Amino acid sequence: METLYTVLIDPFVQMFAMPDFFLQVLWEGLVSGVLYSLIALGFVLIFKSSRIFNFAQGIMVVFAALSLVGLHSFLVPYVGNQFVAAAIAMPLTLGIMYALAMGVERMVLRPLVGQPDIILFMATIGITMFLIGFGEFVFGGENKVMITEALGIPTGAIEFTPFDGFLLLEEKDVFAVVMAIVLVVSLLVFLNKSAMGRAIRALGDDHTAALSVGISLSTIWVLVWFIAGVIALATGIVWGARAGVSFALEVIAYKALPVLMLGGLESVSGAIIGGIAIGLLEKIFEIYWGQPLFGGNTETWFAFIFALIVLLFRPQGLFGEKIIERV
Amino acid sequence: MSVMDPTLEEVKRKAEGREVLLDLENVSLSFGGVKAITNISFNIKKGEIRAIIGPNGAGKTSMLNVINGFYQPQEGVITFNGEKRRSMKPHLAVSQGIARTFQNVALFKGMSTLDNIMAGRATRMKQNMLWQMLYWGPAQREEIEHRKKVEEIIDFLEIQHIRRTPVGTLPYGLQKRVELARALAMEPELLLLDEPMAGMNLEEKEDMSRFILDVNDQLGTTIALIEHDMGVVMDLSDRVVVLDYGRKIADGVPEEVQSNPEVIDAYLGVSH
Repeated sequence: METLYTVLIDPFVQMFAMPDFFLQVLWEGLVSGVLYSLIALGFVLIFKSSRIFNFAQGIMVVFAALSLVGLHSFLVPYVGNQFVAAAIAMPLTLGIMYALAMGVERMVLRPLVGQPDIILFMATIGITMFLIGFGEFVFGGENKVMITEALGIPTGAIEFTPFDGFLLLEEKDVFAVVMAIVLVVSLLVFLNKSAMGRAIRALGDDHTAALSVGISLSTIWVLVWFIAGVIALATGIVWGARAGVSFALEVIAYKALPVLMLGGLESVSGAIIGGIAIGLLEKIFEIYWGQPLFGGNTETWFAFIFALIVLLFRPQGLFGEKIIERV
Repeated sequence: MSVMDPTLEEVKRKAEGREVLLDLENVSLSFGGVKAITNISFNIKKGEIRAIIGPNGAGKTSMLNVINGFYQPQEGVITFNGEKRRSMKPHLAVSQGIARTFQNVALFKGMSTLDNIMAGRATRMKQNMLWQMLYWGPAQREEIEHRKKVEEIIDFLEIQHIRRTPVGTLPYGLQKRVELARALAMEPELLLLDEPMAGMNLEEKEDMSRFILDVNDQLGTTIALIEHDMGVVMDLSDRVVVLDYGRKIADGVPEEVQSNPEVIDAYLGVSH
């Protein structure tokens, strides 16, 4: 009886009793949700245009953040000013992500064109291993601090007093959300309005047809991997500002897996909504159910269990179309 | 003899006077041990409608795939517009002026008619990637110019009413027309049509025939088409090449080919 009360009634009583705290929980959930969406978007873009499930997306986040921090600390003694160093390190890091995209296309994708999907998937695991080793070799394996201040990311906090209560928004979280929204909106505009975006959609829709109208596979692949790299860098910066830059960051990318299960591998809007949904739900579950029932730390597994339960009832995911086989 | 009905000699003379656009010389293509095309030579002349016919599995589609660079022939010389070709990739073929449609419609099903046709102008977009990513300045002006050209094509093929419809939801006949529109958007010199009327009813076939003739006549596009409907082939084409088991068995104006005993054997089967 008491357990039933803890599961079914108490959480909702608390939500109503302390609405300001509930808002705080929602905000925290939204922030991580937005970041999950960003990572999932990186997966979706690459999958749509090349049918490759890019296992390396997570390590690309780490690698991008490491490059930025590493280049910055290398440049500071030379230019003497941390802001100038950041202004130089930023485009250099983008250059590195572009070089990575070119390298992946030339050395991994091009020789493997037409191979079964699983081979390409294995190849992205190879890329992951390479980036771990290469990143450690060049920038060292120790934990680093994101150059939040030099990048001009605000670090204060904004206080609100809704419902006579107390709500605290960290400015770097606000920055993360705003940046994610700007990134996603510009990506959607790019995909839907520009010629290059149309070519990416065309390639995702029908390979043969895309080739026949003269869309060059290599150009689009480099472009798509570069965009995924830019998304990785953005995620790396904001997540690094929250939790520091280390190889452990890679695991947040696996949070994108349940997001993709829910949203589908091919849907941009699915990735966005799925990411935010997972972020919100896992935070609410953690605070109102996880801590009283399981003693906390449910965020590590909640998303996966949730995705499994959804898949039990909707095998096509939340946004996928029902597949009806004609025999 | 009426004006509308030229004699065989007149047709032949007309064909001979034209310049060669594409010339294939002793082209052979095999996949492993399977020979798809054996030692085939023929040419396509500027401004003509050239039909490629033959029974199923004769190598017609392979022939188109060789012409637009999907397949690399092991042997033979291909000359396009007076230039000998070494190796070929589909996107290079497009930029040289070769466009095609497919036997099973290959459209971007999730995209609108307009987007599909605009995608056909991929290689004509000149502005660099950065401008395009920003969709600003020159890239935007260029997009508007291309849009104008695409609207002309839409008018030409009478598909204004389905401009915004996702092509996956269109009836088959219209999908084929959108595919033709996308190929025309490339402003090709040589247009390859792989069974443009397959699966169509009589009315749709008549429409498509009219469009093919209009394209040839008004836009001056050279056309190579594969078609099974012999009535259509004989009506539309200036010259016909007949393939069977990957070999060329006849080549000439429709009247010649029709009466060629080897062609009749290939289609009806021979009793031994």
